[in-house]
Amino acid sequence: MIENHNQMCFATLERPEPWSLKAYESVGGYRVWKKILAKRPPRRDLIEQIKSSGLRGRGGAGFPTGVKWGFMPDCDESYLVCNADESEPGTCKDRDILRFNPHALIEGMAIACYAIGAGTGYAYLREEFGDEPYRRFRGALREAYGNGMLGSDIQGSGITVYLHDTLGAGAYICGEETALLESLEGKKGFPRFKPPFPANYGLWGRPTTVNNVETLALVPGILREEPGWQVGTEKSRGTRCFSVSGHVSRPGNHELPLGIPFADLLELCGGVWKDRELKAVIPGGASVPVLPAKTMMGLDMDFESLAEAGSMLGSGAVIVMDETTDMVRMLQRISRFYFQESCGQCTPCREGTGWLYRVLTRIVEGRGEEQDLEILEKVPGRIEGHTICALGDAAAWPVQGMLRHFRDEFEHYIRYGKSPVSPA
Amino acid sequence: MNDILHSDLRGRIDTWLERFPAEHRRSAVLGALREVQKEYGHLTPERMDAVAEYLDLPVVQVYEVGSFYTGFEHQPVGRHTVAVCTNISCWLRGGEEMLTHIEKSLGIRAGESTRDGRIYLKCEEECLAGCCGAPMMQVDHVYHENLTPEKADKVLRALS
Ligand SMILES: Cc1cc2nc3c(=O)[nH]c(=O)nc-3n(C[C@H](O)[C@H](O)[C@H](O)COP(=O)(O)O)c2cc1C
Ligand code: SF4
Ligand code: FES
Repeated sequence: MIENHNQMCFATLERPEPWSLKAYESVGGYRVWKKILAKRPPRRDLIEQIKSSGLRGRGGAGFPTGVKWGFMPDCDESYLVCNADESEPGTCKDRDILRFNPHALIEGMAIACYAIGAGTGYAYLREEFGDEPYRRFRGALREAYGNGMLGSDIQGSGITVYLHDTLGAGAYICGEETALLESLEGKKGFPRFKPPFPANYGLWGRPTTVNNVETLALVPGILREEPGWQVGTEKSRGTRCFSVSGHVSRPGNHELPLGIPFADLLELCGGVWKDRELKAVIPGGASVPVLPAKTMMGLDMDFESLAEAGSMLGSGAVIVMDETTDMVRMLQRISRFYFQESCGQCTPCREGTGWLYRVLTRIVEGRGEEQDLEILEKVPGRIEGHTICALGDAAAWPVQGMLRHFRDEFEHYIRYGKSPVSPA
Repeated sequence: MNDILHSDLRGRIDTWLERFPAEHRRSAVLGALREVQKEYGHLTPERMDAVAEYLDLPVVQVYEVGSFYTGFEHQPVGRHTVAVCTNISCWLRGGEEMLTHIEKSLGIRAGESTRDGRIYLKCEEECLAGCCGAPMMQVDHVYHENLTPEKADKVLRALS
């Protein structure tokens, strides 16, 4: 039995109508926001609290949230943006937060607005969330306005916070924060050069903080000092929503202490399906390097352990592969995705993702040549670090990971024109 | 413009304008185009021109949004949009086989619409954030997860 399961973002899950204001209030919801409205603490105090909580961004890069908030200058027009574009392949936790605990996100956004000195916040949901997740979030927003939790001079506090929902229109790249800002401005989603960073030049050129759904939904519980947060490791504090998918018996989202052994997470999901052996795991969404079973079975799920093992915690998407998985085809599928979704602004990314996809397709179709391995080795290095946004890196890392751990499968494919793995 | 953007549609576009400061009408382009597409099924140059005029923007700013995002259609498509995920988590659990099955059932390839105009089978490149329910599809953005061929057929048959 795993303790401390679904205690923060998913705290309302077992209540009737978990998405309702009533359910949220029953787990202590809006207590922090009401206290802020009553007492108006200095905004920097809240930032210090978030800093010392150890919260790190859940969108992928793991940047310390309090530090990010601390970059926001005092000024009369600034913004908060919630990144609800959830589109890293394998990741589906933000959708469940939107569906099942939208008020936690709303309270988190309100608190974040206050802490960074912003009067307005936008939640940018991917278009594909336009039905249920959007309706739930919108319904909760109405409820929050209706109960005097948002608006101008809220409850006579002198505090003004407006939150709005918006929708994208279909583009993976709009998950990248500056592409998202462009999209919010009504433009195509081309990532911006950085610096300047959004804290200096964000939405409509104003100081802006962009945070992921899970990051913001954690904030109220952290400030309530929930025991659920007092877990994790020294540098990876608190909980994490893991989306476990692929070849497990019971795929699902689980919010658990950071640092839990992968073996426990696997067991919670019923182990590898069909009584098969574990082959490999992509531990943090499609863009992070794959790790072999042997490494994974001894690994803890926190930022540092995964980095030491040569991968990343990324978006918390844990993609499990059994012994029948054809790693070359798997990589080809991943490469196709990045090739399709590259916005085309930078030559290394636009051309490099195409190269990778074409070479991998050639290998999969039995037309691979010895020199193809060399190309697969060289191209990622020419993309990585040479692009405007991290999609380039995201396209490079999976290739490097696969070659590091499963090189023999590529060699076999090239030599014999087929996979060494017998299909399921 | 008034023929295309009748008053009800303008009202819906206004709800997107209201979200943004008055000087940033451009921010409502995505919302406006989504509303127009919802109304007419797909975008045309005339419809995008009407949006540009209403939002007081150069037409090119509307065209570039219309062509960048995959959610916008520029040709007539079937009434219901079906998107089958074949991204990695779904791929591992038969997403591609599911797409092939649905193509056969409907007698069309991804990217095409059925002749009766009922169903548009979108070419979906993205993961649809339903990975723990793989294989999955969306029908008009409603999730159908843990699909079997029978379950998929049943959902598709029920579409009017
Ligand atoms: C190609 C690309 C796609 C991304 N997609 C997402 C996404 O879907 N959701 C998200 O929260 N962050 C995504 N990010 C990360 C964001 O740029 C940003 O770092 C994050 O939203 C910051 O929030 P956090 O500090 O709370 O983690 C993506 C980054 C890149 C480079
Ligand atoms: S790295 Fe790729 S996706 Fe990112 S800005 Fe450059 S071309 Fe576009
Ligand atoms: S991989 Fe299919 S929904 Fe994510």
